[in-house]
Amino acid sequence: MSGRKRGSVAVVGAAESDLGLVAPLTSPVDLIAQATMRALDDCGLKLSDVDGLFVAATQVRMGPMALAEYLRIKPRYFDGTIIGGSSFMSHVTHAQAAIEAGLCEVAVIGYGSTQRSVSRAAASPREYNHYESPYKPILPISAYALAAARHMHQYGTTREHLAEVAVAARQWALLNPIAWEKEPLTIEQVLKARMVSYPFTVRDCCLVVDGGGAIVLTSAARAKTLKKPPVYVLGTGDVLSHATISNMPDLTVTAAKESGEQAYKMAGVKPGDVDMLSLYDAFTITPILFLEDLGFCPKGEGGRFVAGGAIAPGGKLPVNTSGGGLSYCHPGMYGLLVMIEAIRQVRGECGARQVKGCEIALAHGNGGVLSSQCTVIFGSEATL
Amino acid sequence: MTDLSKQSPLGVYVDYCKKGQLAYQVCTDDNTPVFYPRTVAPNTGSANLEWRVSKGLGTVYSTTVVHAAKDQPPHNVALIDIDEGYRMMSRVEGIDPMQVKIGMRVKVKINQGDEKQLPYPVFTPAGDAE
Repeated sequence: MSGRKRGSVAVVGAAESDLGLVAPLTSPVDLIAQATMRALDDCGLKLSDVDGLFVAATQVRMGPMALAEYLRIKPRYFDGTIIGGSSFMSHVTHAQAAIEAGLCEVAVIGYGSTQRSVSRAAASPREYNHYESPYKPILPISAYALAAARHMHQYGTTREHLAEVAVAARQWALLNPIAWEKEPLTIEQVLKARMVSYPFTVRDCCLVVDGGGAIVLTSAARAKTLKKPPVYVLGTGDVLSHATISNMPDLTVTAAKESGEQAYKMAGVKPGDVDMLSLYDAFTITPILFLEDLGFCPKGEGGRFVAGGAIAPGGKLPVNTSGGGLSYCHPGMYGLLVMIEAIRQVRGECGARQVKGCEIALAHGNGGVLSSQCTVIFGSEATL
Repeated sequence: MTDLSKQSPLGVYVDYCKKGQLAYQVCTDDNTPVFYPRTVAPNTGSANLEWRVSKGLGTVYSTTVVHAAKDQPPHNVALIDIDEGYRMMSRVEGIDPMQVKIGMRVKVKINQGDEKQLPYPVFTPAGDAE
């Protein structure tokens, strides 16, 4: 993705909507609009400043239209790219290009879901595919389980390694006042929980909750005039690999390798420069794969890398400090919330879970069944 | 060359299933196996796709056991690398689903489906049958 300039745009506002279980008959757009106004309040901009709208949601087929109608605004630029949970990272890339090209100046990226209230089947219905559906995989869970099983076979990764990811996420969540999960979790509890799709128990799988969020991006010049310290977009990378798990070339290698390389190149940073990671943890295998593919450990070593609390509070690498999709919040397409935590870490707003001296944060989004991989590297003023 | 006004790739595939056969395509421009069946080949974009019948032997690439509901027994879902050089999702039957192992040799059998379900291929352990 050449043509865009490192640090040309910044995130100036970020907010969640109400999370967890919302009132009956709440619509996904209620949540997106609520988050949008909170994100605008966060930076001191007004609705009338917004001229770019980026929305993706499984319950709202034409997201930008629905949000524009709800807020009664007429954005000059809009984008409804939907590639699963990583959609919003790709929106950052597109928003940066649009802002640089003068197509808009203040871009809002929004998401909302009521999947806990209406059920996941209703919130995210699946298309029939005769080459997969007759075998009755529980999608997306079984697809990730197939990747985990292959990783275990090929590299000696164990169910205990997978459980380490869930336990680390829970320990971080206990430091996050708005996390869904409030009780401690042990490796033993993860292993003995209800089996869903081997090797995953329900505790290897993300939460199914309501929620949404929004972030506001603008040019670096305008960002400097606003309330909060700008969080600059240093680099991004977006890659599509496949749509169905039967068409993923190698289940142990994701396209995060390519999206990461693109983002690192644009940002001019190396994995060793990154102070914290926000990795899409729909399932316990995904942070393991992304730690490998994003260059934090060699291929195959992800399981051993996370062992012994290495990514938990006090460990060697802070990963998913919000508590992640496994313990903080996962409203179906979780990528926007993945970025919000990285943004807050760079701002230094994370209280008890704040990573000291966090100047560079990497947010990685995943969509479909390891299908779309999108990386965004954020940096503070000091990194420019 | 597929004439979509007369037949679809899935339609032809299902017709082979009805005859008890696992079919796939080969792009004759670059001699690459193509699965799932398509109107044009990936990479080349060529419409020169020839139908072939697989010998029906493959190796388990990965496997999971799905616990769908309390009142149903767990079932297997697997990815199978077919000997002719392509991969497909399927189910290995005739064995405890937890005993389906990566690397296991399997052979195809066609489940003929019913009024609501089109026929589809499943697999059983190949054992000494190869």
